[in-house]
Amino acid sequence: MSASAPDTAAKPARGFRIDLKTAGPLLALALLVLLGITLNENFLSYSNLTNVLARSSFIGIIAIGATFVITAGGLDLSVGSMAAVIAGVMIMVMNWLIPSFGIGWSVVLAGMASGILLGGVAGVFNGLMITRGRIEAFIVTLGTMGIFRSLVTFLANGGTLSLNFNVADVYRPVYYDGILGVPWPILVFALVAIAGEILMRRTAFGRYCAAIGSNEQVARYSSINVDNVRLLTYILQGVLVGVAVLLYVPRLGSASSTTGVLWELEAIAGVIIGGTTLKGGYGRIWGTVVGVVILGLIGNILNLQSLISPYLNGAFQGVIIILAVLLQRERRTS
Amino acid sequence: MKLAKTLLAAAVVVGSLGGIAVAQDKVTIGVSVPAADHGWTGGVNYFAQQAIDRLKVTYPNVEFVFASAPDAPKQIADIEDMVATRGIDALVILPGDPDAMTSAIKQVKDAGKFVTVVDRQLSINGVENLYVAGDNPGLGANAAAYFKEALPEGGNIVILRGLPIPIDQQRFDGFMAGIEGTNLKVLDDEFANWNRDDGFKVMQDFLTRFPDIKGVWTQDDDISLGAIEAIKQAGRDKDMFIVGGAGMQQIIQAVADGSALTPVDVSYSPAMIATAIELTTAHLVSGVQVSGRYVLDSTLITKDNAAGFLDPASPF
Repeated sequence: MSASAPDTAAKPARGFRIDLKTAGPLLALALLVLLGITLNENFLSYSNLTNVLARSSFIGIIAIGATFVITAGGLDLSVGSMAAVIAGVMIMVMNWLIPSFGIGWSVVLAGMASGILLGGVAGVFNGLMITRGRIEAFIVTLGTMGIFRSLVTFLANGGTLSLNFNVADVYRPVYYDGILGVPWPILVFALVAIAGEILMRRTAFGRYCAAIGSNEQVARYSSINVDNVRLLTYILQGVLVGVAVLLYVPRLGSASSTTGVLWELEAIAGVIIGGTTLKGGYGRIWGTVVGVVILGLIGNILNLQSLISPYLNGAFQGVIIILAVLLQRERRTS
Repeated sequence: MKLAKTLLAAAVVVGSLGGIAVAQDKVTIGVSVPAADHGWTGGVNYFAQQAIDRLKVTYPNVEFVFASAPDAPKQIADIEDMVATRGIDALVILPGDPDAMTSAIKQVKDAGKFVTVVDRQLSINGVENLYVAGDNPGLGANAAAYFKEALPEGGNIVILRGLPIPIDQQRFDGFMAGIEGTNLKVLDDEFANWNRDDGFKVMQDFLTRFPDIKGVWTQDDDISLGAIEAIKQAGRDKDMFIVGGAGMQQIIQAVADGSALTPVDVSYSPAMIATAIELTTAHLVSGVQVSGRYVLDSTLITKDNAAGFLDPASPF
């Protein structure tokens, strides 16, 4: 594992030579874009591109958190259910505060704060169970995945939680509007990605994550506080799930037990397509962004054509995902 | 829906009369439904529990065992436990995946229990004593009839489908048969998995792809709610109308208010589970004959009759 990290770190120094290893995900993205253009002339239209990017932003923001968790050798399966329960609680908090706050931004801001807070608390719980409770991350987050999913079903009484119509009107622009025609979800996604890239590449925290994921014992002997760094990755993940939900709630103004189903797998797939190693030790934030956009484009392209039977959508998705990763593996061995 | 109400009323009347006359033997009825994984199944859970609470009061000698399961293996385990450890006399089941569960349900029948199957047809005939279901081909046909009426000149429409299971196919076939020979042109159909988020995505992409859409058939109100947001975002809500199905309160309210975007809905009520539980209880308590097939109408809900479908207490 450790062999790949210094290897790639050395690459940028070579200047203008195209690095095929890192270009893997970009190549897959370019191929997908070409396919999209040939299938439908509206593919490159501004509205289609913003649609796809805005839709991908929730998974994208979550996947950036997942990149840190996975780089540090962990895993978080609970993010989809966590998103659902945060969405549910946010809606309940906002509906509950209307009588005291009135309709307006104060209610929305209070709802947003509760969402971020709850995400952080959920992350602390996952992280403490894993680092202090010494339980496998897979088991802890599988457990919380079930807990969060049941909680949202319970809160919604098996149905759907809907945001008060008037508050939804106030909140709506957060998904649908933006600055200079770029919707807010895309802007936030971009900001989180840039901050994540800096955190991963330029700070001690990012290097600690890679060190722990690559060899935990060595990291421990190098006097890295392994438990605290790990705990921080889960908290960061929880907070970012909260941020994603802030942007998700204004879209439909509702949460139910189907909210966020399989988001965890999409996020993990995005991370791996982007070139981060599932076993940990090496993470690439910009790769995750490309990976998530690839996943978003696959769904979009499937809807823009009628050549492939809708029964085969899953197969097409699977083929593209495997191809995207294969493209990198080949470069890696060559 | 009217039929459902009549049946319910009849069952309750017959049941309560019989309850007095027949000896007070203890009977146990197992009720097994899929977990509330989308709005409609949420409604099923709600109406099942409501019916059980109501019947417990009416018949103190009837005991109910209620279980909801997220998948077929768990649901099979549930009904095996009900037979083995709870000694049920009858089973009311809405099988999540009817094909996978047919043989398990047949075993319950072979053990001499009264079996009521709800909504989804088993893969072999004659297993169940009583079959209570909505009219899936009718749901498609009634929606098709409305499209023909609303677009007499024809026009471009798109279809958002549910999940690839038999119910969806029956609805789709019913609809396609209904619009045959008209100038209605189906531009494309895609699965939206009876889910709001997927309804939003698929509709966004349909809007990108097709500049001219006159009508949208989603056959489900959860999908409709997602699609409506996508249509509003694109600013094309004046260009088209959307027909869903199932009778979600939010949509029925819009229909009642005379919305141009959702002018009608087609009923497919999760309350059918309550009908099934009432009939089964009536049979066990009083011996009244209920075996057979009860297909509840998939009625077209319009502005005129919407009031009859509104129920503020329903979570669906």
